[in-house]
Amino acid sequence: MTEFNKIAFDGLWKNNPALVQLLGLCPLLAVTGSVVNALGLGLATTLVLVGSNAAVSLIRNHVSDAVRLPAFVMIIASLVTCAELLMQAFTYELYQVLGIFIPLIVTNCAILGRADGFARKNSLLPATFDGLMMGVGFSAVLVLLGAMREVLGTGTLFGNMELLFGASASSWELHLFGEQYPDFLFAVLPPGAFVLMGLIIAVKNIIDAKIEAAAKAKAAPVQAGSKRVRVTS
Amino acid sequence: MPLITLSSPHSAKPTKISTVMGTVLLCMIPGFIALTVFFSYGYLINLALAVVTALLLEAGSLALRKRPIKFFITDLSVVVTAALLAASLPPFAPWWITVVGTATAVLFGKHIFGGMGQNPFNPAMLAYALLLVSFPVQMTTNWPVVDVYVSIGDTLRAIFAGNVVDGWVGATPLDYYKLNLATQTADEILASSLFNGWLPAGWVWVSLAWLAGGLVLIWRRIITWHLPVSMIATLALLSLVFGIDSDSFTPASIHLLAGATMLGAFFIITDPVSCATSNRGKLVFGAGVGVLTYVIRTWGNYPDAIAFATLLMNFAAPFIDHYTKPRTYGHTKAHKGHK
Repeated sequence: MTEFNKIAFDGLWKNNPALVQLLGLCPLLAVTGSVVNALGLGLATTLVLVGSNAAVSLIRNHVSDAVRLPAFVMIIASLVTCAELLMQAFTYELYQVLGIFIPLIVTNCAILGRADGFARKNSLLPATFDGLMMGVGFSAVLVLLGAMREVLGTGTLFGNMELLFGASASSWELHLFGEQYPDFLFAVLPPGAFVLMGLIIAVKNIIDAKIEAAAKAKAAPVQAGSKRVRVTS
Repeated sequence: MPLITLSSPHSAKPTKISTVMGTVLLCMIPGFIALTVFFSYGYLINLALAVVTALLLEAGSLALRKRPIKFFITDLSVVVTAALLAASLPPFAPWWITVVGTATAVLFGKHIFGGMGQNPFNPAMLAYALLLVSFPVQMTTNWPVVDVYVSIGDTLRAIFAGNVVDGWVGATPLDYYKLNLATQTADEILASSLFNGWLPAGWVWVSLAWLAGGLVLIWRRIITWHLPVSMIATLALLSLVFGIDSDSFTPASIHLLAGATMLGAFFIITDPVSCATSNRGKLVFGAGVGVLTYVIRTWGNYPDAIAFATLLMNFAAPFIDHYTKPRTYGHTKAHKGHK
């Protein structure tokens, strides 16, 4: 596996910030009530992750270990401010919906974790790529959780997408269970997010266990016609 | 003649789980009869629906978890869970409420934690709380009113097709009393047809039926007296003290005999898995449920509070157990905490 393949596999699956590291649970559980919220926050987080990993990688030889964390936090905070201003400029309604959780990206441990754990030990290109893959992995889980909560909670999918994609996206909304669907408030509320998140992690663990079992079976194939070996005299 | 020395414990043969659960089910019969006679066939339909769903899901979960299906199904614990849920749900609630609730109880209340004997929370109350939070409209408006006869066919249509007639349903007495306190005096509220002057007719008989079943449970030594007595005593004390001013607070008689108090005290909080273990712990646990029930009923927004009070005290059960360890024979003091 080449270095970049490994980084991609780490970020998207093996070391996924949301499913394995369980970092950034606060925005993950708080704003994933619908696909559009999840996608908006995912994009903003990815932007910050890519930028902060790149910047941290560039300054990694010029900042001493003692003051590295304040320096990283400064970088992340400036980038979050940029993301916030961008959202105010282009997706103002979504910015208002997400509210405090956009500034709170600063405190998302996944970002500081990648800066300290990866970017400060690697050169620009791998560090940026790692930020991108971690961000995409985080966003994918956000969107999946958002879709599950939106479908269960309100019976719709891709509602209010015009907040992110302009007026033409307002027709994307799907009513999966008809108009009679009684809103399943539990899925919209934070406890439902915890339960669904747990289910997603459980499914990932099942898949991992299957892959591992298959790899084991492949590594030690049973030979046809093999006999038991007598090991005692 | 040689003497046979028997080692302790000198107990008779152990009680099987199926015996315990079967006795609980038998003791619930008077309650269900009263619910059906005074209110609606809906309780029996919900019971059947919940039991069938619960058995199917239990078998499915056991198969997925590679556990012996017949062994665990025949311990009847899942039937008790389904029966408790059916007794707590409004009888005219749509069928999917019962199915979603039973699925929550069996899958998320029981099997996610490891099945029989491993659940930290009472599964039926977990399901009830989830339903009440998720579907407040369906869960608070489908309560039956006394003296209105609804045939089995109409009840089936109400549950499966949603044809509920307004005249069949109303608020529970607890809810009604609390809602009208703002505008009416106690005498005016009690004069309404729901209360017949002092107590709501059907609800009292239902409560007494649960009480009778509960006393049989104590007589058969399925449960001890500690939990029900401490819960009812605490609730009675609080509602008597505050209830002196019955124009501002619901009187004790309605607290004790018009809600789910008796069902809760004898059948719900006595779940041996999720309640406290020692006798002293049970007294604390029951008192906690009593206080929380009163507080949530009086100052909360929900019509009844047994489910939330039970769940909150289930959270506290390990903590209570930690501080109420009994002294073991041969020691002068109980060993509390980690030593």
